[in-house]
Amino acid sequence: MSTQATQTRPGPSGASRLGALLRLRELPVTVALVALVIVTAAVNPLFLSPQGMKDLMLNATIMMLLAAGQTMVIVTRNIDLSVGSILGLVAFGTGSIFAAVPTMPIWLVLLVGVGFGALLGSLNGLLTVWAKVPSLVITLGTLYVFRGVNNGWAGPRQFFAGDRPEAFGNLSVDTLLGVPIITVLALAVVIVLAVYLAGARSGRDLYAIGSDPEAARLFGINTSTRVFTAFLVNGALAGLAGVLYASRFNAVGATTGSGLELDVVAAAVVGGVAIFGGSGTVIGAAIGAILLNTITSSLTALRVDKFWQQAIVGVLIITAILIDRLASLRHAKHLREREGRNV
Amino acid sequence: MSEHATVAVDTTAPLADVVPVRGPRWYAGRDATMVYILLAFLAYAALSIPRFASPVTTGFLLLDVVPTLLIAMPMTLIIVTGEIDLSVASIAGLSSAVLGVAWASGTGIWVSIFLALGAGLLAGIFNGVLVAYVGLPSLAVTIGTLALFRGLALVVIGDNAVANFPNEITALASAKLGTSGIPLVILPVVFVVLVFGLVLHHTAFGRGLYAMGYSKDAAHFVGINVGNSKFWLYVASGLVSAAAGVFWTLRYTSARSDNASGLELTVIAAVLLGGVSIFGGKGSIPGVLAGVLLIGSLNYALRLGRVSDVVLVTVTGLLLIASVIAPSVSAAVGRWRHSQRLRRHLARDQGAEPG
Repeated sequence: MSTQATQTRPGPSGASRLGALLRLRELPVTVALVALVIVTAAVNPLFLSPQGMKDLMLNATIMMLLAAGQTMVIVTRNIDLSVGSILGLVAFGTGSIFAAVPTMPIWLVLLVGVGFGALLGSLNGLLTVWAKVPSLVITLGTLYVFRGVNNGWAGPRQFFAGDRPEAFGNLSVDTLLGVPIITVLALAVVIVLAVYLAGARSGRDLYAIGSDPEAARLFGINTSTRVFTAFLVNGALAGLAGVLYASRFNAVGATTGSGLELDVVAAAVVGGVAIFGGSGTVIGAAIGAILLNTITSSLTALRVDKFWQQAIVGVLIITAILIDRLASLRHAKHLREREGRNV
Repeated sequence: MSEHATVAVDTTAPLADVVPVRGPRWYAGRDATMVYILLAFLAYAALSIPRFASPVTTGFLLLDVVPTLLIAMPMTLIIVTGEIDLSVASIAGLSSAVLGVAWASGTGIWVSIFLALGAGLLAGIFNGVLVAYVGLPSLAVTIGTLALFRGLALVVIGDNAVANFPNEITALASAKLGTSGIPLVILPVVFVVLVFGLVLHHTAFGRGLYAMGYSKDAAHFVGINVGNSKFWLYVASGLVSAAAGVFWTLRYTSARSDNASGLELTVIAAVLLGGVSIFGGKGSIPGVLAGVLLIGSLNYALRLGRVSDVVLVTVTGLLLIASVIAPSVSAAVGRWRHSQRLRRHLARDQGAEPG
């Protein structure tokens, strides 16, 4: 039935293209972001000054990377709660590397960080796939284990920006066409991931697994390998985010990145990623991350009491889920009606 | 019923031994294992760690686990139905903030506590309506309310802290029963545990929760009101979390917006360690009780053994992972041994044939 429906779907006429645009899952979050920026800029023009824009981008960079990686995992109907701990471990590792070998080339440190993150992520993937235990439980466990290792390793020690080479810190100061280098890097990664998830066969498989794991297996998709890969990539992105964190922020220590995990999931949900898998895009999640970070800055620019910020973020998340629910109800009704007509 | 029994029990046993499952099966089950591990650990700690077996230990250990233990009760019921509540620690923070502000503005202490509990009740109703009646996924909703309630706590109290609670009330929070070292506050906690245990294990409502955990549709068709059940669980969760927040405030004599932050994951870890399945449909209050106490006493013992505080979280994590992969490991070992036996058997048969 459904295959017939796709075949008889009319070609991309003007009206249906508009319809498709209106059904985009990223639409609500994009509209919210644009509206927020316009309103804030109208009230406080300094908000969109070059420096203001740069701050916005810098603040969103790390969350954007994490949300993009998390999307890959959530799409397969899994979740990774350990990303905050992975980020912390890698950020502290970066600090230690520079403290031990200050002359280490930056590209090598980036590579080591990504590799370290991928290793930790693959541990999550291995445990989830092999033990067939829900990833929520496994990654809740590794959240504590990785954090404990970080605590034991760092103790009371902290590394400060002064311990790192100036060129490394400059990654988050220098700009390319007005965009900070680390943001350019993050954007590139997000775009590559988006293209992969939208176009590549193995990327589409992830959606199939998330929609119905059993059907995906029967269809011949190697679900274990795909899910494992999703965790590995997510770990690698968290590792990259960890290195960039060490470049962006002054101090890295035992508690770096703790508590980030739920913010990351929230960013993905706000960006239209369904929490039970099967739909959502990396771009949407990245926009969600930008929105959540921008709210903080724009509320400050609007002189809203800073204590209201978190409550507003909460309202935003719930609104995003409500919108998603309404849209899926409408879509289901639409499908039912069409089926009825076809019979 | 008999189907589940045969899963847990050696299938070669005659059926007559399997039917009266209630007693013997429990003693061999997952929950009982947690209780054995807890008892073994307590015995080991009492014998080998100096100063562990003392009234001081009992006092501090029990006081430390009270918030986790309280919130773990409704959390168990919620996870048994296949849902989750991540907003519990934020509700505790909100109730702490309300208590502090109400008291600081001159309200009587008991009225302030009442208001704090009321805030938790409202928070629970909010969660319950969204999950049970609007039908949103609880994981997503409670991530949202985790931020919302913590945010409201900030709105209420800002970055102030209220600390000048009346002495007789804060003393009550850490008072001991005579010389036994058992805190007075354990009495109401035991009452809460008993209530939730009875509801889950000895009422039709409780049986319904397991049914919902297996299949919401099937539960609906046998006449369980799935929506209402979930709604009341979230209301209970809000109320109990608020009570935990009040206790937290009085015990540390400080009402702050960030009280109990991060507690949600500790509670969930303890509940899952206690044998509750995250998929729903499995778990029991005694198992969870053992899980909470095991994490609490392990942390306390390690601290006495001068293991640094920071390594403790690793132990929690490893315990959690070990507890969930243990069934998979034992199943894998079982399969391996079975195939070994089969191979040996076949080899013998083949060896016998030519001769």
